[in-house]
Amino acid sequence: MTGAVSSYIDERTSISGFVKLMGRKVFPDHWSFMLGEVALWCFVIILVTGTFLTFFFQASMAEVVYEGSYTPLKGLEMSAAMASTLDISFDVRGGLLVRQIHHWAALLFIASIMLHMARVFFTGAFRKPRELNWVIGFVMWILAMGEGFTGYSLPDDLLSGNGLRIIDGLIKGIPVVGTWISYLLFGGEFPGTQIIGRLYTLHILLLPALLVALVGLHMVFLIVHKHTQFPGPGRTNDNVVGYPILPVYGAKMGGTFFIVFGVIVAIAALFAINPIWNYGPYDPSPVSAGTQPDWYIGFADGALRLVPPGWEFVLFDTWTVSMNILAPIIAITIWIVAVMFYPFIEQWITGDRREHHLADRPRNVPTRTAIGVAGIVYYGAMFVAASSDLIATHFKMSMENVIHILQFTLIAGPFIAYFITKRICLALQKKDRELVLHGYESGRIVRLPGGEFIEVHQPLDEYERWRLVDFNDYKPLMVRPNSRGQINPLERVRAGLSRWFFEDRIAPVTAGELARAHDGHDSGSTHANELATAGQGVGGPPHTNP
Amino acid sequence: MANPGSGSDIVPVDSSHGPQASAGTAVIAADAFENPGLPPHQQRVTDLDPKVDRRNERGVSLIFYLSIVFSIAAIAAYFAVPIVEDDPASVRLNNLFLGLAIAGALLSIGVGTVHWSKALMANHESVEARHPTRGSEATRARAVEVFDLADKESGFGRRALLRNSLIGALVAVPLPAIFLFRDLAPKSNDPAGMLAHTMWKEGTRLARDPYGTPIKASEVTLGSVFHVIPEDLEEAEHKLEEKAKAAVLLMRLKPEDLNVSAGRETWNYDGIVAYSKICTHVGCPVALYEQQTHHLLCPCHQSQFDIKNEAAVIFGPAKRPLPQLPITVDSEGYLVAQSDFHEPVGPSYWERRGDYDV
Repeated sequence: MTGAVSSYIDERTSISGFVKLMGRKVFPDHWSFMLGEVALWCFVIILVTGTFLTFFFQASMAEVVYEGSYTPLKGLEMSAAMASTLDISFDVRGGLLVRQIHHWAALLFIASIMLHMARVFFTGAFRKPRELNWVIGFVMWILAMGEGFTGYSLPDDLLSGNGLRIIDGLIKGIPVVGTWISYLLFGGEFPGTQIIGRLYTLHILLLPALLVALVGLHMVFLIVHKHTQFPGPGRTNDNVVGYPILPVYGAKMGGTFFIVFGVIVAIAALFAINPIWNYGPYDPSPVSAGTQPDWYIGFADGALRLVPPGWEFVLFDTWTVSMNILAPIIAITIWIVAVMFYPFIEQWITGDRREHHLADRPRNVPTRTAIGVAGIVYYGAMFVAASSDLIATHFKMSMENVIHILQFTLIAGPFIAYFITKRICLALQKKDRELVLHGYESGRIVRLPGGEFIEVHQPLDEYERWRLVDFNDYKPLMVRPNSRGQINPLERVRAGLSRWFFEDRIAPVTAGELARAHDGHDSGSTHANELATAGQGVGGPPHTNP
Repeated sequence: MANPGSGSDIVPVDSSHGPQASAGTAVIAADAFENPGLPPHQQRVTDLDPKVDRRNERGVSLIFYLSIVFSIAAIAAYFAVPIVEDDPASVRLNNLFLGLAIAGALLSIGVGTVHWSKALMANHESVEARHPTRGSEATRARAVEVFDLADKESGFGRRALLRNSLIGALVAVPLPAIFLFRDLAPKSNDPAGMLAHTMWKEGTRLARDPYGTPIKASEVTLGSVFHVIPEDLEEAEHKLEEKAKAAVLLMRLKPEDLNVSAGRETWNYDGIVAYSKICTHVGCPVALYEQQTHHLLCPCHQSQFDIKNEAAVIFGPAKRPLPQLPITVDSEGYLVAQSDFHEPVGPSYWERRGDYDV
């Protein structure tokens, strides 16, 4: 029976070729490889629940009188969008559940995207040949935030209306064209009667279509490149070790979908999200204390809060330049653009044009890891600033102090984080070298014939050792004059950056080094007196920088 | 032991990372360790003990049956815990039971499947070879050949006139679309002009938000604050748009507490002052009034305005003071506006001038 069906399908689709190609494709296993998968499944959940919501939602700002079940708002004038969202919440059985699944899944979607990006960044999985897939993923992250914001605005409640108000203010701050863009976007003066319908079109048509297309492209590249794997015994840059899609990986992926879905439904069943009935319909006048956007927009809102007073000036008494709006936009843009271009910058510095399929352990690329953590602190300062008022009230601090501390964190935090992270990475690398060269402490104390006590060090076995020594090592770039005796200024910049990246590198232990380390000891088999000398313990073989 | 004297040396890279690719500044040690290869396969308890295998199989199938039970429970919850009209509490119960049952059904499938794959499916590591991402030389040569042929057969490179006129046409064709977007907004050609005025005018009574009842000066006691709209807001054609510009806060301070600048002496009425409620940063309503200090706080980005000093900014990202609405009382003792604001309210915009008469 199965045979007949498969044969029927194959004779019309040649699907057997696809199954042959894909069915036993090997995927490496690591918990961190699941983050992108969670994002994918969140997206599926969002599409499914979002479709359900469109059956009931009315994207209209026409004034209606609410007559639904939620008594406190009965008889109030509000937009059809708000009224239909209340109907979904209070008059459609399971409507509130689906709405909350949709919202929670969206929050988790962007969180998993960003964790996935962090994983890719810190393991260097963006290196050739995956640079373009990094850019595709980056664009999806931006689109996902766009999806989040447009969706958040749709109910036309008080809180989301204030969010749109802020967007309107931001747009108006753009020099020359801002006023017109706002005017066109809102179809007249803020808030107008158009914006919800327009955001709805973006939210359910344009942005999802782009996302679906890019998800597809992202997956195609995943298959073309095959997944990266962490270094380990038997794993090389030329193979991939793991489990085949059919059955093991397919089962795990399918199972993960149901687990992600189940967890989100459980959260939606237990915890309310965006209770618009507490906020009421949009009205430009009231607002409550402690307003916050959804978490992923927090960094943008926080950036606005961190601007010191007075950053606005008027040119020739005629044009207003709102640096209090432009400065945060610039600060965010620089960060975002740096994220997008990082793979290309690093490749330019190393000059390494080889394909890389072995993931880096973050400690083995200290400068990159430190840059990443610095970026997270920069983002984190802006993100935390979005809750500055709540922090002030919860921790009994003055609002001004909270803002000043966060302003300091935004500027100095990345440098401090960079320094600390780099030191930690180098220390961890030194620890790895120690382990490889001298083994681990066995806890066994032996008394030598001379009366001396020593602790026996146990050498690593070859499998454990391989995990610690299999990583890429770069030396700082040496600039050489070309045939005409000139040095390209761009090469000088590159050499400077290369020095910054690699001058205090720690090289992996080599077989020769290990052998020499052992030759130095007369106690032979027990590797006993392992008080590493400074030269052996740190830094590895001398790499001078000519 | 390789090369004992000199430690690691820098040697050329092999081609394992793809052909003809530069290794840049990478260092490859001549005496690096050799990959020991896959460690011996570890068998699981389920591989060794058929009893454990059976137990796991039963466990997983039990979980799958549990999922069916949850699915039925979800349907039961749909009917057993219905939404009762006008009873919001019933929504909570409906949400809870429906949600937990569906979550149970989904989680059971997920947990069961993952456990099946980890404990019972064959778990021998498979190894697959990677190939360079770039096509083989022959494939690449053929691709170049295809493009050459296409170029030759179409004359794309040779017929410059044809090609360039096509490129020109393709560049021009999206331009009309840009113009179509003009009608996203109404015909007015002066959005900046619209921002510069509100519906306040001489004699408009100040009314309570949202009821629209006018306010007598005698009702505004010391230390009180009123959220204010123009009395005729209800009749406005674009109510929300007008309100978004015209919302005002009304406060009464001791007249001696007010620092009044020249030209504004008559703008307050016996210590009663009216300021725009729309933040000069990005337009949130500046709704929080601190009675003791007479500071206004914007809850969105924490700009603070000092009412004693004509709403000057004392903290936060806003630059400009909140515009003041000149007020007085009419013959019946109701507070009225003397005029519109003397400058645009709300967030800054490019066309906002710097020389308003305030």
